[in-house]
Amino acid sequence: RQLPDVAPSRFSTDEDLNAFDQITTYNNFYEFGTSKEDPARYAPDLKTSPWDIRVDGECAKPGVLGAEELMASHQLEERIYRLRCVEAWSMVIPWVGIPLAKVLARFEPTGNAKYVAFETLEDPTQMPGQRSRVLDWPYREGLRMDEAMNPLTILGVGLYGRVMPKQNGAPVRLVVPWKYGFKSIKSIVRISFTVTEPATSWNMSQPYEYGFYANVNPEVSHPRWSQARERRIGEWGRRPTLMFNGYGEQVASLYAGMDLSKQF
Amino acid sequence: MADRTGKAAPRGRERRRAPVKDRVWWWAVFGACGAPLAALGLWAATGDLGVNPVETIVRHLGDWALRLLVATLAISPLRYLTGSTRPIRYRRMVGLWSFAYAVLHVTAYAVVDIGLHGPTMISDLTERPYIMVGMAGLLTLIPLAATSPQAMVRRLGGRRWKRLHRLVYVAGALGAAHYLMMVKADITEPMIYIALLVLLYGIRLGRWIVGRSV
Repeated sequence: RQLPDVAPSRFSTDEDLNAFDQITTYNNFYEFGTSKEDPARYAPDLKTSPWDIRVDGECAKPGVLGAEELMASHQLEERIYRLRCVEAWSMVIPWVGIPLAKVLARFEPTGNAKYVAFETLEDPTQMPGQRSRVLDWPYREGLRMDEAMNPLTILGVGLYGRVMPKQNGAPVRLVVPWKYGFKSIKSIVRISFTVTEPATSWNMSQPYEYGFYANVNPEVSHPRWSQARERRIGEWGRRPTLMFNGYGEQVASLYAGMDLSKQF
Repeated sequence: MADRTGKAAPRGRERRRAPVKDRVWWWAVFGACGAPLAALGLWAATGDLGVNPVETIVRHLGDWALRLLVATLAISPLRYLTGSTRPIRYRRMVGLWSFAYAVLHVTAYAVVDIGLHGPTMISDLTERPYIMVGMAGLLTLIPLAATSPQAMVRRLGGRRWKRLHRLVYVAGALGAAHYLMMVKADITEPMIYIALLVLLYGIRLGRWIVGRSV
C-alpha cells in the first residue's frame, strides 16, 4: 500500500539506493529464522493490524499507541539513510518514518527518564524463529534519551513510499542510522522510559562483542569482523567505513568526553 | 574385454582399462563431488548468487570443504558397516575434492571478499580466532594432499603414510570448530557437523578398543 503525503527530508543522502528486492530479501530478523532469506519467507503471515504499542515507565502520560493512529497523526517523512550491519555489509534505504522525538513527546517523559527501552513482539505462533532460543526473547533494544531525541532517529513505518514490508519490521520499527543495524529494533510493541540503562538483546547474548552504544566505529574491531571496511550490497569491493556511519556531524557531540573504545 | 577381437588391436593402455562398473562408480563419485562447484558456476553465470554474491560464494565453498571432509572421514566406518571395500577406493578422490574446496574457499575470501587488502588479512590472521583455526585446518590438509599420489605412498612407506594421514582427524575438528566460532547465535548447523564427527571418531575409537582387548 502506497503511503500518502510523504515529505522529503534534508537528512536524506543522495547516494544510489539499494533495490527494493535487495532490502526485502536479505534480512536479519531472527524472530523468523536465522538465515537472511527466512524473514521474507515467514514474515508475510505476521498480523500487523491492529497493532498496539504500550508506552510506560518514567512519563506523565503512559498509554497505548496504535500503529494506524501513529501514521495518521504525524507528517510522514522520507529518510534515505545508510544502514551499516555489524556483519560489515551496508545498504542505502529510503525509509518512511516519523521523528521519534515527536512521538515520545506525546507521553511527556519526566526528568527521571534517562533511557528509552524497546521490545519486539513475542509470539512464537506467528514468529517461528522464537521457537528456538537463539536469543533471549523478546528482542530488546534501548537508547539514551538524547540519542532517542536526536532528529536523525525515526520510527520507521514504510519503505520506498509504501507501508513497511513485514520482513523489515512492520508495522513500526526503529531506525538509528549511525548505529549498527541491530540497534534498529523491529515490530515494536513496547516503549518504556527508564532511569537505568536497559538490557539489550545482543549485549545480553555476547557482551564482549556487542556493546550498548553500538555506534558504527571503524576503530573498534568486532572480535570476528574487522569494522574498518564494508561491502555496500550490490558492489564487489569494500569501501572504508565512516565513523558514526558518516553521521558524525549530527551525532558526534552526543559522545563528547566518552571513551568510545570502552563504551562501544 | 574378450569382445574386442573384431576391432582394431587395442593399445596397451586400453587393455588395462578398469571394468565398466568401476568407471561408472568413479564418475558418479567425481560428479557428486564436483556438482556443488558446477552449481556455483551456473548461479554465477545466471546472476543467481543472491543479494550478497560474495558471501554466497565464500560460504558455499566452505560448506562443501567441510561436508566432503566429513564424507572422507565417513568412508572407513562405511566399510566396517557394509563390509564393502568399494568406498575405500574413492576416499582419496573425496579427500582431494574437500581440499580443493578449502583452497577455493580461502582464495575467494582473500581475493574476492577482502580484495587482497593487506591490513585486513594481517588483522584477520592475527586477531580473529575463527580465521586462525580455519587456516590451521587448511594447513593441516596440505601435507595430506601433497602425499596423496601413489608414488608418495610408496616413498613414505605404508606405516608412515598412514600415521601422517591421521592428521585428517585434526583437520576435521578444526574445520568444524572454525564454523562453530563463526556463527553469531544459531549453532544448530555447526553442531550437526560436530555430532557427525563425534560419531565417526567414536566408531573408530570403539573398534580400536575392541581390537586391543581381543
